[in-house]
Amino acid sequence: MATFLGINLFALFGQLLVGLINGSFYALLSLGLAIIFGLLKIINFAQGAMYMLGAFLALLGLKYLGLNYWAALIIVPLAVSVFGVLIQRFLIRPIANEDHLYSLLLTFGLALMMQGIFTHLFGSSGQSYATPDALKGGMRLPFMYLPNYRAWIIVVSILVCFSTWWMIEKTKLGVYLRAGTENPQLLQAFGINVPLIVTLTFGFGVALAGLAGVMAAPIYSVSPDMGSNILIIVFAIVVIGGMGSIGGAILTGLGMGLVEGLTKYFYPEASATIIFLVMVIVLMLKPAGLFGKTA
Amino acid sequence: MSHNHREKLRITNLHAFYGESHILHGIDLSIMQGELVTLLGRNGSGRSTTLKAIMNMVGKRSGEIVVNGENTMSLPAYRIAHLGIGFCPEERGIFASLNVEENLMLPPQVRSDVMSLDEIYTMFPNLYERRYSQGTRLSGGEQQMLALARILRTGANILLLDEITEGLAPVIVQKLGEVLSELKQRGLTILLVEQNFRFAAPIADRHYIMEHGHIVEEIQAHELSAKSELLNTYLGV
Repeated sequence: MATFLGINLFALFGQLLVGLINGSFYALLSLGLAIIFGLLKIINFAQGAMYMLGAFLALLGLKYLGLNYWAALIIVPLAVSVFGVLIQRFLIRPIANEDHLYSLLLTFGLALMMQGIFTHLFGSSGQSYATPDALKGGMRLPFMYLPNYRAWIIVVSILVCFSTWWMIEKTKLGVYLRAGTENPQLLQAFGINVPLIVTLTFGFGVALAGLAGVMAAPIYSVSPDMGSNILIIVFAIVVIGGMGSIGGAILTGLGMGLVEGLTKYFYPEASATIIFLVMVIVLMLKPAGLFGKTA
Repeated sequence: MSHNHREKLRITNLHAFYGESHILHGIDLSIMQGELVTLLGRNGSGRSTTLKAIMNMVGKRSGEIVVNGENTMSLPAYRIAHLGIGFCPEERGIFASLNVEENLMLPPQVRSDVMSLDEIYTMFPNLYERRYSQGTRLSGGEQQMLALARILRTGANILLLDEITEGLAPVIVQKLGEVLSELKQRGLTILLVEQNFRFAAPIADRHYIMEHGHIVEEIQAHELSAKSELLNTYLGV
């Protein structure tokens, strides 16, 4: 067995891989949250429910419509995005000028309703989704066995996160997004349709959750509470990274996945709480978060 | 329906509110093409609110605002700039998350005869040198140049400028005066909210004096010396 300084490398890399995969989902979800928070100034409590919706749509699409994994990867995020756009346009926009607490409660209520409806329809036990054939099997690396599907998740998630970051930093649309995050009223006075940008941004943010849901379906069990479970961790990650920083959300998501993986190897008992421990420490030392700006 | 083609902006009986507070109490004003008109008055007299009301940036409004012959009262805020208006807010509104050139290119073109980037950089050479700096890293004077340049690039031919000389060094104020004179010569229409009367007096055609949300006096440039005592009672501290 490969060991180094008494460390079982095989087990360590295995846990790091699991951590990186969890981190990929954290990154996708917290990125969506950060983008939505930037423009709408609300924390979207329904982000976890959108992730769950994405996983269920993939499952149901396969079962009833013969929609395979690859098609689901495109169509499901679009469907989740359309759902999000409708919610923003007809539920959130009418109360956008009220205290942000109202929108926050609205998304929270929405999340509970979605979870309740799916529990009612499909029960609370998890269902499985078969790994697509092309991604079955794996590679034997020096210190670990890397299943293809897990490698795929990491690659896709990093690509999507990086493209999103690139779009925000380098394109005209990103300029509007950044300016709208800072001063939507002035951006509007310059002649830019800010309400439309806000709606599309919400749609994009929840599409990321929908995409994460499709990618999660083959490795986690698809259940109505999968969203609320992961969302609590993602909120902690958002607090650690600092609200409103796009790059910060991505890096913290991946980083916290790795921290979780390391903890699973060195002190498994703490693996479920380590992220919250980091959150407490960060809040004490840097209340605005690692990448947050102190207002 | 006939309207005077030279009239760029007409405001009739404009009332504006921030929440419950009633700020503007029936403003009437009119600006012809190529005119430079100031809104003078003490802080809190409603001058900035008048500009914001034109841009539909206040809570509630009533009355009529006609820009280039079109009544804008029912237009959403993002449509108003496209009638050819450029707004330069009092706090300058330079975006910290954008660099100088991104700030400059941010507002969409609102008319076809826009000022090119070359023309802008010729007018404001400092901005060219610092085009990749973060917008808010510029000095106050440079930020003001940027805020002005930003709306010139859109081709706007009606400029609403709020306190553009506030807190700036005399040499920069002088430069701004030269820029405004040049813009006026190019036929742009300018509504200027100004505290610095000595800056505004030599370049303006007319002055509206505001007090408590009303326009209390209109003074032509040539009447200034005759009415200087009246002005002092309105503007003096």
